[in-house]
Amino acid sequence: MSLSLVRPLLTAVALLTLAAALGAQDDEHITIKETVTGTVPPILITLAGYSGEAATVLKFDLYVSGFKIVGESESPQYELKGANNDQVEGRLTDAINKSVKFAKAFSGGTTRSQAHALANAVIEAVTGAHGVAGTKVAFKVKTGAAGGVGEIYVADYDGYNATAVTHDGAIVASPSWVPGRRALYYNTYKFGNPDIILHDLNTGTRSVVARYGGSNISPAASPDGRQVAMILSKGGSPDLYVANADGSGLRQLTRTKEDESSPCWSPDGRWICFATRMDGRRVLAKVSAEGGPIQRITANLGINPTEPDWSPDGKQIAFTSQAGKFFRICVVPAQGGDARILVDGEDPAWAPNSRTLIFNHMVGGRQVLSLLDVPTKQNKDVPQTVGDSSQPSWAK
Amino acid sequence: MKRATFLSVLVAGMALSLVSTGCKHPNVGVTTIPAARTAPPPKPSGPLANQGGGQNVAPVNPGPSGTMPTNETANTKPMTDIQPGGGEQGNIGDIEGMTPDTNHFAGQTVHFDFDSFVVKSSEHSKVEAVGDELKVKAETKLMIDGHCDERGTEEYNRALGERRALALREYLVRYGIAPERVFTRSFGEDQPVDPGHTDEAWAKNRRGEFILLLPKQ
Repeated sequence: MSLSLVRPLLTAVALLTLAAALGAQDDEHITIKETVTGTVPPILITLAGYSGEAATVLKFDLYVSGFKIVGESESPQYELKGANNDQVEGRLTDAINKSVKFAKAFSGGTTRSQAHALANAVIEAVTGAHGVAGTKVAFKVKTGAAGGVGEIYVADYDGYNATAVTHDGAIVASPSWVPGRRALYYNTYKFGNPDIILHDLNTGTRSVVARYGGSNISPAASPDGRQVAMILSKGGSPDLYVANADGSGLRQLTRTKEDESSPCWSPDGRWICFATRMDGRRVLAKVSAEGGPIQRITANLGINPTEPDWSPDGKQIAFTSQAGKFFRICVVPAQGGDARILVDGEDPAWAPNSRTLIFNHMVGGRQVLSLLDVPTKQNKDVPQTVGDSSQPSWAK
Repeated sequence: MKRATFLSVLVAGMALSLVSTGCKHPNVGVTTIPAARTAPPPKPSGPLANQGGGQNVAPVNPGPSGTMPTNETANTKPMTDIQPGGGEQGNIGDIEGMTPDTNHFAGQTVHFDFDSFVVKSSEHSKVEAVGDELKVKAETKLMIDGHCDERGTEEYNRALGERRALALREYLVRYGIAPERVFTRSFGEDQPVDPGHTDEAWAKNRRGEFILLLPKQ
């Protein structure tokens, strides 16, 4: 047996022991294959009575939130039984505790939104956490026209209901949602230079946040929406700056000869993590949002880390590891430690639940958005695509 | 410690270190990106030294030869006054309305090594040719575009492309061009000249391009 199975095997042994002690699920359902793929086995559930689009949506939503749909013969703990005639409804039962967790019906909106709501009800009833089914993401789409031009899109997290929010025919990059608001920062070359703008999606108003000489790139809204971090080269090197949400009150936080990139905030707003180089090696680092020394974040075995994103619960940082022509999504504890490879891909963004990641990877010559449940490592591409899609940002 | 215990601890330690290679993908053919090649450092002094932020500022990058460009007849600035990247850039407003001429310096496109922003000595004459033209055409300004090959992530490449453009700007400022005449921007990997996925294609794409900016008519 290869050594790479040793640790997950130890986890499997621990889980089997725990299960036996609790007298809970059948041991044969906790298979080695499942635990090797993630640190946590999926929650088993049966669906009954659903068809068509409602069934497809329920299955996708539950899968990317760490559930596995199985047949009744596998005697899972949970069963969702219902129908989707003129409304999507369901009754969730717990076979172990012999209880009905809920009976709900959703009407109005579309079949998809009703099914998303039911999936979220299941997720919340079982895990205690809010589901993210049907939440929104923003991303960049390269239209294929010459010069790398594209547009910024907003869609449901599964790619449905995608809408272009720009129509500039310019190079665009790195959208970043303002938390709690329907507004996006992004980088656009519409005015002949890489500039950062703030776009209010409700009013359609756009304002220039940074249009200094040099390149103004990689905006990241602070968790309270009052500040924005960005990489500006106006001082002679791509450095990290912070400003008020409208770009006023600019402060420089790094002053290095190296190129900083991809800032992201800690959820308490106190730190900004970014990619840089120290002692000749590509690393992740952080600096206080008030200013101060740059501190390296150790990510052992995470080669050439870039594009970090800090989980909303503050515990983990996801990032892209670049190794030759391979890109891999990794996570590392926020205080530093050993990195874990999760899946091939680039540019991870955390969902509000701190367990689902959206990222992009190459499929058939173009970039496709994909969802990953980090604890179970269950991964599925979004079912609806819009051309070459990358650089996703999850609305919070 | 008893020998048997010591050996078992040693074996356990080795097993542990082997197990924890979680992120080192066992795939063969994975090439580790070498550290970016920068010039062997002359000791920095003055404003080039550590400017705070807890980060050692790498020294000025004059090229692999480690020597300064020699044709500095018009340059009266002492070396220590040249900031990294040529220092602060001017306002974008200063070039709005100027006419770009992308052909004028088409023959002076500078190429870079992988993951590097070092201006190689083989490229110096091209940059100096641009500098010579700018000295003659005093009413013009310059935009330097930095580009990358596809082997980095989008945002990494956007910053690296800028670093390349800035390295060229710094060279020109040292050469005697007023910094307020020279602007930079990065296109990351957005605009390859060769869409191929070969070493040849990638080598062509890692470049800095000079765009002459002509005053409004």
